[in-house]
Amino acid sequence: MNMRTPLSQVRGLGSAKEGTDHFWKQRLTGVANIPLTIFFVFLVIAMIGADHARAAALIASPLVAIILLMMIVSGLYHMRLGMQTIIEDYVPAEGMKIALVMANTFFTVAIGVACIFAVLKISFGG
Amino acid sequence: MADVDLKNNRPLSPHLQIYKPIFTMMMSIVHRITGAALYFGTILVAWWLISVAVGGAYYDFTTGIFNSIVGRLVLFGYTWALIHHMLGGIRHFIWDLGYGLGPGDRDVIAKATLVGSVVLTVLVWAIGLFAI
Repeated sequence: MNMRTPLSQVRGLGSAKEGTDHFWKQRLTGVANIPLTIFFVFLVIAMIGADHARAAALIASPLVAIILLMMIVSGLYHMRLGMQTIIEDYVPAEGMKIALVMANTFFTVAIGVACIFAVLKISFGG
Repeated sequence: MADVDLKNNRPLSPHLQIYKPIFTMMMSIVHRITGAALYFGTILVAWWLISVAVGGAYYDFTTGIFNSIVGRLVLFGYTWALIHHMLGGIRHFIWDLGYGLGPGDRDVIAKATLVGSVVLTVLVWAIGLFAI
């Protein structure tokens, strides 16, 4: 049996060397998301009632496609950090926590790849 | 020292339920809930983009669902969650910079984000429904 206190066992191991990385990236992507999301809202408004040819042409135009891709990357990174915080706050069991943090990344990558693939296919695939 | 439990059942800091609900606290909770909702809302964005990439009947099927009453209700809620979370984020940036933390100010900007989110959501939908 280990008689040492939890605190004494971690003393001297040093920090996780991550510091404010999570906090900073949350803010960085948050700032980026403001103009990108406003653009997205107006894009969706412009898409109302559009037939497929018009919708595809709009997304395929370089400026729209580029901003859309930036929004996808920044938005998904931001949401992944946010969901990780929620998981770490509310899931006390260590194994479940690790599983959910992993699932969080898998979900983010799956949605991201799907969105990026779709935009690129619309842009290049015709 | 024999009866001191060093590993288990040590006192923890109290959680939310011991506090009287206050406005900034409720807004903080809503900020987290809208963030989580937007997380799953990205499925709709991916679905929509894929429907454009696939095209044909599938695009008409997807836009048909988004255009239905239920679809529009979901998108209305999505719009509000997005705008509320954005304004809440801006509020947090203001607080991060050290402004608006006074007893009066913090409630004013919290209320401003709530009112602003409703007004802007209605405005965006008014533009979408009537101006286009």
